[in-house]
Amino acid sequence: MILIGERINGMFTDVKEAIAQKDKKVIQDLAKRQTEAGASYLDVNVGTAAADQEATIQWLVETIQETCSTPLSLDSQKPDVIAAGLKSINAENGVILNSTPLNKKSDEEVLDKYIEMANNAGPKASIIALTMDKNGVPQDTDTRVAVAAEIVSKAMEKGFDTQRIFIDPIILPVKVPNAQVQPGNILAAMDQIKFLADPAPHMTIGLSNLSQGAAERSMINRVFLAMAISHGLDSAIVDVLDEKLMNVLATAEMLMNKQIYSDSFLKVYSTIAS
Amino acid sequence: MPIPEIAESFTGSVNKVTLGATKNEGGSRTSTITVGGAKNVVYGGSPDQFGEKPVIAMDVIDSKPEDWPDTLIEPYKDVLDNPGDWAKKAVEEFGADLICVKFDGIHPDKADKDATHAIKITEEILKAVGNPLVLWGSGNDEKDNQVMPKVSGAAKGENCLIGTITEDNYKSLTAIALADGHHLITEAPLDINIAKQVNILASDMGFPLEKIITFQSTGALGYGIEYAYSIQERQRLAALTGDKMMAMPVICDVGYESWRAKEAKIADAPGWGEAADRGPMWEAATAICLLQAGVDIIRMRHPRAVATVKNFINQVW
Repeated sequence: MILIGERINGMFTDVKEAIAQKDKKVIQDLAKRQTEAGASYLDVNVGTAAADQEATIQWLVETIQETCSTPLSLDSQKPDVIAAGLKSINAENGVILNSTPLNKKSDEEVLDKYIEMANNAGPKASIIALTMDKNGVPQDTDTRVAVAAEIVSKAMEKGFDTQRIFIDPIILPVKVPNAQVQPGNILAAMDQIKFLADPAPHMTIGLSNLSQGAAERSMINRVFLAMAISHGLDSAIVDVLDEKLMNVLATAEMLMNKQIYSDSFLKVYSTIAS
Repeated sequence: MPIPEIAESFTGSVNKVTLGATKNEGGSRTSTITVGGAKNVVYGGSPDQFGEKPVIAMDVIDSKPEDWPDTLIEPYKDVLDNPGDWAKKAVEEFGADLICVKFDGIHPDKADKDATHAIKITEEILKAVGNPLVLWGSGNDEKDNQVMPKVSGAAKGENCLIGTITEDNYKSLTAIALADGHHLITEAPLDINIAKQVNILASDMGFPLEKIITFQSTGALGYGIEYAYSIQERQRLAALTGDKMMAMPVICDVGYESWRAKEAKIADAPGWGEAADRGPMWEAATAICLLQAGVDIIRMRHPRAVATVKNFINQVW
């Protein structure tokens, strides 16, 4: 499982304060703890913490890389912010550009731009591509799959290795009215997305979004994670510091024969997660 | 349309392990042996992914073997009583990369010899050859726990490969191997889940994963080789996909297992061909089959089988 640690995000109070006060220690500590817990990548999201997002993402990247070599996932809806982060980054071990839709009303070529940015960042740079286009987030299974297919074929057209694409079928909060059908739709979409390329493109989800605003958040996240793994999910943006979540992950991967069983399978998971 | 790139790319690799310590490294070996490092399946990928060449550890038994067939006795008949000379012969005449000292003689059901004997044999062989050693207990937990720590001490600083530890008996040998600077063999009974668990148990005691070689147990041709093969294959794939608890190089015991087969040892079997050829062929076929699943150190016995397997290795790697 390719785990992207979600904690370095300006939406969290501790990170927001650390950004405001340029407190490196808080950020570096989160980088270290998430790495030890099994994160393959560390998500870096400025959130709403600062006015100058480009300078802030650069400060975060530099701060993390002073003490930690875990690859980063630069998380912004604005290409300029990701481009700014890429300027400061050491992408030798990889980097994820997180994320782009297939296209936007304001920018038909947005995916091409991300592919170009990834190519410039080096052979290990990947992209999270959302199953979303200029018409917005699809509500049904078929449109999700169709958008994913267009993403994969665009990558192939451009000679961009499909193994460098992470398809994100976009999980919406289950508590939103009429959204309860979506988790099932996403699983059905994943069943088809995995056949779009061989080997299958990676699939990732921003798991915590599912339980936004709901009661029993951790339980909702954990159960859906196990369900999604059984449908081929091989990456997720998660709180790797949530031990119960990690135990579910270890067990689901073991049951899917992704990890060899041993009596200590829970304990050793973080050392073998990716 | 361009031909698609279908080469598998793996994220992990088999650990690279160096056995033996030269004078500069605090030992008395004149050479060291490095194994492991493969980044792909056997025959897979480009030559830079092959890793180190597999090597052969030739068995030297601490006490004269009582049950060896004539074909196997023949090449060693003048040295069977003298493990030092035996080791020398295996290295100088038969090209052994390593010597595996097998302490059968300490087993309570065999000669039941004591630690003094085992220490003496270890010292003799260390003196007789400059190659790195494998030091392998009798398989009787209680006796091995008495004797093998002393053997470890007698070879302290030589960076030997010592074993084996199992799920039920690992504490004393793991602790002493760590203290004496040796590498360790973790053993499992053709069970990959237990194999992983033994590695975790050793690691929990502070033993570095990078200093472990795994022994999954071996089955000879016709006697369960398919089980050994599929486990070795699965271990290699786990290593290549990044499972650090399974990324160790592998040792297998082809010599002992092959020569247990009746096809290898029975002399009087009309229609089976010459006994003098059958045994070495059985041993070589077993070794070459397992090499293709991904093994790094092969314990062997008959010099003709060793020559055949070395020839194969040199052609493939």
